[in-house]
Amino acid sequence: MGSEPNGAGDSDHLKSEIRSFVGSAFKGKELTDNEDIFASGVVNSLFAMELITFLEGTYSITIENEDLELENFSTVDKLVELVERKTASSAAAS
Amino acid sequence: MKSPAEAFRSFAASEIVPRAESIDQTGDYPDEVIKGLGEAGFLGATISSDYGGMGMSELEFGRVSEEAGAVCSSTRGLLTVQGMVGHALERWGTPDQKKTWLPRLATGETIAAFCLTEEQAGSDARSVGASVDRHDHEVEVTGKKLWITFGQIAGLFLVIGQHDGHPTAVLVERDRPGSRTVPVTGQLGMRGAMLAELHLENCRLPVANLVGKPGFGFTHVAGAALDHGRHSVAWGCVGTARACLEASVGHATTRQQYGAPLADHQLIRRKLTEMFTGVKAARLLCESAARLRDSKDPGALSETMTAKYFASRMLAEVATEAVQVQGAAGIKGGSGVERFYRDAKVMQIIEGTDEMLQLTIADFAIRQQAT
Repeated sequence: MGSEPNGAGDSDHLKSEIRSFVGSAFKGKELTDNEDIFASGVVNSLFAMELITFLEGTYSITIENEDLELENFSTVDKLVELVERKTASSAAAS
Repeated sequence: MKSPAEAFRSFAASEIVPRAESIDQTGDYPDEVIKGLGEAGFLGATISSDYGGMGMSELEFGRVSEEAGAVCSSTRGLLTVQGMVGHALERWGTPDQKKTWLPRLATGETIAAFCLTEEQAGSDARSVGASVDRHDHEVEVTGKKLWITFGQIAGLFLVIGQHDGHPTAVLVERDRPGSRTVPVTGQLGMRGAMLAELHLENCRLPVANLVGKPGFGFTHVAGAALDHGRHSVAWGCVGTARACLEASVGHATTRQQYGAPLADHQLIRRKLTEMFTGVKAARLLCESAARLRDSKDPGALSETMTAKYFASRMLAEVATEAVQVQGAAGIKGGSGVERFYRDAKVMQIIEGTDEMLQLTIADFAIRQQAT
């Protein structure tokens, strides 16, 4: 499983992990980091739940009600931003 | 100290087993049993202790669901739906919603119901037509929901509707003006599940009753509820099938035909073997799903669906054979296996029909092969 991202190298690693997980749902089709995951029609609604479980379990974050914005989950880039934001806020709180 | 499953089994032996047949025959679930389940903590099985629940692990809750399924599927249905709404609220509810409702659900002071299906929406859940319209600080809900487990007595309904074309979840209290329930009776199985329709006509609610944000009512709120429900139903199927097996072994080892117990006849032995194997295989799938759920593994969703699919189909076969082993005695009302046989059919429909799961699990299979 992944680790909490801390720097640029970690950010690349984070993106790679998220890209790999999202890519697993695309059955071998190429997906760019800024391509809308859900607009593609390849993944179903269940993937939205799997994605949240993956993010929470891998990065020890909790996706809250206020995080539920379609944009946050729309692309690999946005998912990386979300994880970095959540990780930073939980680090600041501790 | 007893495990939760052992505690449930003890409770069931004195409080549910003696009533299971009459619950099925009358379609009336006794208030005193609900009270007892609440006092013993089973209605808040998976609600966290922060809100007065038992905070069981998924594996513990699964084993309790198995015990419930072994004695009374209507009881299992009560635990399931209470857990579905509790889980969805704990996951996506506001702090006020959690503080208000979860302690009441945990004790059974409030029974909760989940409302998704409509005349033209069920498996195609995104097509729900119930409207959730915003008016300043209120929302107005209009629609008709069908097949609501324990809808006759629920005090709180988690309703899935549409807000400007976005699937939206909203809490509706029973006593809201514009809300009424119509009992549904005479269904094939789970006859004690107090089914009802929920009719909402311009039912006004505070905006604070929305659960999650509009647009996430189906994928996230209903999704969380249904995932929880599938897990509980899968385990319940294992329990009912186990009860079928126990009844079959009991009958086959005591009834003599051609000078020997039925269990000595090869064709009956084959049936017992198929039942025994099916129950064990389904339980292993359920355990696998529960462990993935407990470890927050993203594969838990697909494993739970797979377990529910296998377990419900296994139960359908086992219950059929359990009636067959008993022959005429098996078709008699009150035989036990007769009730299990009728309940079994329901399990292939609720929380995802066989056909919907066939479509979905294939996706998981293809994805797993591609990685």
